[in-house]
Amino acid sequence: MTTWPILSVVTFLPVVGALLIYLIRGEDEAAARNARWIALWTTLVTFAVSLILVWRFDASSADFQFVEKTSWLATGITYHMGVDGISLPFVILTTALMPFCIIASWKSITNRVREYMMAFLFLETLMVGTFSALDLVLFYLFFEGGLIPMFLIIGVWGGPRRVYASFKFFLYTLLGSVLMLLAIMALYWNAGTTDIPTLMRTAVPRGMQTWAWLAFFASFAVKMPMWPVHTWLPDAHVEAPTAGSVILAAILLKMGGYGFLRFSLPMFPLASHDFAPLIFTLSVIAIVYTSLVALMQEDVKKLIAYSSVAHMGFVTMGIFAGTMQGVAGGVFQMISHGIVSGALFLCVGIVYDRMHTREIAAYGGLVNRMPLYAFVFMVFTMANVGLPGTSGFVGEFMVLLGTFKVSIPTAFFATFGVILSAAYALWLYRKVVFGAMTKPSLASIKDLTFREGLTLFPLVALTILFGVYPKPVLDMSAASVQQLVNNYNTAVTAVKAAALLH
Amino acid sequence: MYQAIVFLPLLGAILAGLIAIFGAHARNPSGDTVEHHDHGHAHAHASIAHDDHGHDDHGHDDHHVSEPPAQGSRAAELITTGLLFVSAGLSWFALVDVGFLKHDARIALLPWINSGDLQVAWALRIDTLTAVMLVVVNTVSSLVHLYSIGYMDEDPYRPRFFAYLSLFTFAMLMLVTADNLVQLFFGWEGVGLASYLLIGFWYQKPSANAAAIKAFVVNRVGDFGFALGIFAIYMLVGSTDFETIFHAAPGLTGKTINFLGWQADALTLTCVLLFMGAMGKSAQFLLHTWLPDAMEGPTPVSALIHAATMVTAGVFMVARLSPLFELAPNAQAVVMFFGATTAFFAATVGLVQNDIKRIVAYSTCSQLGYMFVAMGAGAYSVGMFHLFTHAFFKALLFLGSGSVIYAMHHEQDIRNMGGLKDRIPYTYFVMLVGTLALTGFPLTAGYFSKDAIIESAYVAHNPFALYAFLMTVVAAGLTSFYSWRLIFKTFHGEPHDQEHYEAAHEAPIWMLVPIGILAVGSILAGFPFKELFAGHAVDDFFRESLKMKPHIIEEMHHISPVIAFLPTVMMVGGFLVSWLFYVRRPYLPVELASQQPLLYQFLLNKWYFDELYDLIFVRPAKWIGYQLWKKGDGFVIDGFGPDGVSARVIDVTRNVVKIQTGYLYHYAFAMLIGVAGLITWFMFGLGGQ
Repeated sequence: MTTWPILSVVTFLPVVGALLIYLIRGEDEAAARNARWIALWTTLVTFAVSLILVWRFDASSADFQFVEKTSWLATGITYHMGVDGISLPFVILTTALMPFCIIASWKSITNRVREYMMAFLFLETLMVGTFSALDLVLFYLFFEGGLIPMFLIIGVWGGPRRVYASFKFFLYTLLGSVLMLLAIMALYWNAGTTDIPTLMRTAVPRGMQTWAWLAFFASFAVKMPMWPVHTWLPDAHVEAPTAGSVILAAILLKMGGYGFLRFSLPMFPLASHDFAPLIFTLSVIAIVYTSLVALMQEDVKKLIAYSSVAHMGFVTMGIFAGTMQGVAGGVFQMISHGIVSGALFLCVGIVYDRMHTREIAAYGGLVNRMPLYAFVFMVFTMANVGLPGTSGFVGEFMVLLGTFKVSIPTAFFATFGVILSAAYALWLYRKVVFGAMTKPSLASIKDLTFREGLTLFPLVALTILFGVYPKPVLDMSAASVQQLVNNYNTAVTAVKAAALLH
Repeated sequence: MYQAIVFLPLLGAILAGLIAIFGAHARNPSGDTVEHHDHGHAHAHASIAHDDHGHDDHGHDDHHVSEPPAQGSRAAELITTGLLFVSAGLSWFALVDVGFLKHDARIALLPWINSGDLQVAWALRIDTLTAVMLVVVNTVSSLVHLYSIGYMDEDPYRPRFFAYLSLFTFAMLMLVTADNLVQLFFGWEGVGLASYLLIGFWYQKPSANAAAIKAFVVNRVGDFGFALGIFAIYMLVGSTDFETIFHAAPGLTGKTINFLGWQADALTLTCVLLFMGAMGKSAQFLLHTWLPDAMEGPTPVSALIHAATMVTAGVFMVARLSPLFELAPNAQAVVMFFGATTAFFAATVGLVQNDIKRIVAYSTCSQLGYMFVAMGAGAYSVGMFHLFTHAFFKALLFLGSGSVIYAMHHEQDIRNMGGLKDRIPYTYFVMLVGTLALTGFPLTAGYFSKDAIIESAYVAHNPFALYAFLMTVVAAGLTSFYSWRLIFKTFHGEPHDQEHYEAAHEAPIWMLVPIGILAVGSILAGFPFKELFAGHAVDDFFRESLKMKPHIIEEMHHISPVIAFLPTVMMVGGFLVSWLFYVRRPYLPVELASQQPLLYQFLLNKWYFDELYDLIFVRPAKWIGYQLWKKGDGFVIDGFGPDGVSARVIDVTRNVVKIQTGYLYHYAFAMLIGVAGLITWFMFGLGGQ
C-alpha cells in the first residue's frame, strides 16, 4: 500500500510547474528560456514519478490500484482516483509524451512562451486526471477541462485558419458534452452516487441504458473521432502547432476510446451489445472512407489526420467486438497509435519548422539532404501501415482477429484498410522524401539536429520494441481487460438466456 | 546453430545500416534553419545556384558516377557478405542434419502476442522443408552479395544496398523458419518491405519509386486474403501454431462458415484466402502486375528477390500448409487453375518483350505457375523440387543478364544488342547453361523438375488437371522459344549498337565467380536430388513436413513414355522456331507482327492488365476519394454540421438584430401585441377551466 498519494502527485505536479512559470515575470528571452526549462523538468519529473506507478502496479489484479478517496462535493460525489490495467497505459503514455512535446516546441514557439508552456502543463494535469478519475463528476471536469487549454493552443499559437478550426472543434464537442452531463445526472439519480466502481457494479435499467449509452456515445464519438463527426480533426490538426497536434493525436483522441472502455461497455453492456452493429458500420465506414479521402490529400498534416481517423476506426471496432483480443487489441492500438501518430506529427513539424509549409507538393527528395530524417520517417510510415515488427501491426492484427470471430463482414471490409493505408502512406513518403532534389527552396535544407533526434529516436525504439515484444503493455492491461470482457459477456448472455425463457 | 543462420544476416544488416546512416549523416549537415526565409535575396539566389549544380550531379543519372562512394563501403560489403557465407555454410550442414539424419528442431525464442487464448511466440521450426529453403535462400543470397560487390562498384550508396540485401535475407529466413502463421506473416511482410526498399533503391528515378509502391500495394492485396485466412483459422482452431492447426485440420472437414452470406466450406474458404496471399507474393495471374515493374531495381536484387527466393514464398506457404490443402480439394483446384493460367499467360507475354530483364521476369512468373500446378496436384515435393532447381538457373539467368547489362553500360534493350558472344564469351557460356536448364534440356536441373511437374499434372485427380497439363506443355514450348530468342538476339547476329559493342567487356571476378557457381548448380541441382524430391525417397526425406497426396509419385512413374517425352518435344520445337525466326530468317517475326497487329499489341502490352487495373481500381479509388473529401466531408457533413449550424446561428442573430430597430414606437407596438396576446391566453385558459 502506498503511503503517499502518488496518483495525485502525478496528476497535479504539472500544475505546480505551471504556477512556477507564472511566478517568473517578464517577456524577455531569459524568461522564455526559464519557462522552457521549468516545463521540461516538470514533465520529466512527472514522468519519473509515473514510472513508480508502473513499478508498483500489480498486473495480476483487475482492481483499481493507488486508490485515493476523500469527501468532496456532496454525498456520493467524492474525490476518487485510481488506475487499473486499462487506464495506467494511458497515464504513462501521457506523461511519457509530454517531454517530447516540450522539446519539440523549444524553438518553434517564440511568442508568449510562458503562456504556451503553462497551457501544456495544465493540459497534462487534465489528461492524467481524465484517465485516473474514478468519479463521474471528477472525470467530467477533467475531460471537458482538457478542451480549454487545447482550444487556446490551437487558437493562439495555431496557423492562419486557427479561429475556424478551434470553433469547429468547440461546436462538435459542445453537443456531446451537454448530453453526457445529462446522462451523468441520470446515473446519479438512478444509483445515488457518481462513484465509477460502484456504478460499474450497479445494474442500469434496460431502457435507461439505451439513452445513457447514446448520450455518452455522442461525446466519445466526437472525441475519437468516429465517422461522420470527424471533420473537426483534420482542421484542428492542420492549424495546431506541432506539439498541439502530437497531443491531440496521441492522447486527446484516446479519451474517446477510454470512455467507451470505462463507461459504455461496463455500465451499459446491453445497450453496447444492441448498438454494436452501429459501431461496426461506422467503424468500417471510417476505415474505408477516410483512407480513400487520405489518398487525395494535398496537405501532409491532413493526410495523417485522416489516417488517424481510420486507425481509430479499428479501435472502436475492436472495443465493441467485446472479445479479449478485440478489446486488448483496441487498447494496444491506442497506445501504439499514440506513439506512431505523435511521431509522425513530430516529423511533419521538423520540415514545417524549416520550410513553413505543409503542402505535399512543396517537398520532394528530402532523402538527399536528410538521411536521418528519411530513416526515422520510414520507420513511422511503416508502423502506420501496420508492418509486422512495428507496434502498428500488433494492435491492428489483434483487433481484426477479435472482430472476425464476432462479425466476419466487419472484419472483411475493415481489412481493406490495410491495402489503402499502404497506398496513401507510401504515396506520401514518396512525394515528400523520395525523388530527386529539384526544388530550389529545399536546396539548403539540413538534417535532424541533436534536439530533434532526441524527440524521435526514443519513439523509433519504442515502435520497434513494442512491435517485437508487446508483452509489457499487453500484460499490464490483460487482467482488467479480461474482467471487462467477462462481465460484458455475462451480462449479454444472461439477457439472451432470459429472452429464451419467455 | 539455427539462431546463427537466421540472425547473422540481421546482424550484418544492422551493421551495414549503421555504416550507411552515419556515413550519410556525416555528409549531410544537420541544423534546423528556422531563419531560412528571413535571409536576404542574395542567400536565396546562392541556394538556387547551388541547387542547379547539385542537380547536374545527380539528376537523371542512375548511377551517380560523379559522387564519391560512401565511407565504409568496403567494410559493409565484407561484413554482410562474410556473415552470409557463414549462414550459407551452416545451412548446407543443416540440410544434411535434418534431411538425412532426421534431427528436426523446434527452438522457442521469445513470447510475442499473448492475449487470452491467443498465444503467438517467436520460434524457429526446422524440418526438411525449412532446411531446403534455408539452403536455397542462403546460397543464392551469399552469391548475390558477392556478385553485388562487383555489380554495384560504381554506386555511392553501397552500405545501404548491402544493408537492405541482408535485411531481406533475414526476413526471408524468418519466413521459412516460422512456427506459426503470424511469424510467417511477419517474414512475409518483411520481405515485402525489403523488396520495396530495393526496387526503389535508386530513389531519384520516378519509375523506380512507382514500381516500389506498386509492388508493396499489390502484395498488400494478396496479404488482405492472407490476413483473413489467418483470422479464419484462428476462429476455427483457436491457435495460429502450425502443429495445433495440422492436428485440428481433419476435424474441420465438413464445417461451414457464413462468409458474407455464402455458406462456404470452412477449409476451402480458408485455403483459398491463404492462397490469395501466395498469389500476391508469387505474382500469380491477376496479381502479377508488380513483378515486371520490379525490374526497376538493381539486377542482383531481381536475381535474389524476384527470381530465386521471395517470389517462391507463396509456393513455400502452400507446401507448408499442405496438411490443410490436402483436405480442401476445391482449394487445390483453384491453386492448379491459377498456376496453369499463369504458366501460360506469362509465357505468351514473354514472347514479345524486348527488355532483357523483363523477359526473364515473365519467365519467372511462368515458372512459378508451374510450381503451383504441382502444389495443386498434391505433389508438393515436386513443386519444391522445381523451386530448388529454379533458384539456381533463374538466379543464373538474372545475374548473367546483369553481366550483359554491365558490359553494355546499362543498356537493357535486346534490340540494341547482338553478337556479344565474341565480346563476353564467359557470360555467353553461363547464359547458355541457364537457358538449357530453364528450357528443360535433358540432364540439366530444370529437365528433371519441370518434367516431373508436367507429369504430376497429368496424373492429378483435379478438375483442372487436363487444363493444367495442356497449359504447362504449351508453355514449355513457349519458354523454349523466348529463352532462345533472348540468346539469339543478345549474343548472335550482328551488333546493333556498334559503340556499346566495342566497349563491351567481361565483368570483374567478383561477378564471374558467383555465376560460375550457379552454372554448376544449374546442372547439378537436378539429378542428385531427383530421388529425394520426386522419387521413392520423398517420404523418408520430407517426413512430416509435407503431406503428399497418396500414391501420386507412384502414378507419375507409370505414365506412358509419349506423355513423358512431350515436354522435351515442345522444347525442341520452341528452339527450332526460335532459330528459324532469329537466326535463319530474321525477317519472319517482323512480318508476323505486321500480319497480326492485334495479337502482337495484345501480347506486347501484357494483355492490357495495367491499363485495366488503372481503369477499374486506381482511377475510381482516386475519384471516390476526391468526391468523399469534397462532397462527403466538405459539402454534406460540414455543410449540415458545424458550418451549417454556425451559418444558421449567424442568420438568426442577423434577424434578431434587424428586429432591434431602435425606434421607441416599434417596441411600444410590440409590447402592446404581447399584452394583448397574454390577456387572450389567460382569458381562454381560464375559460377552458
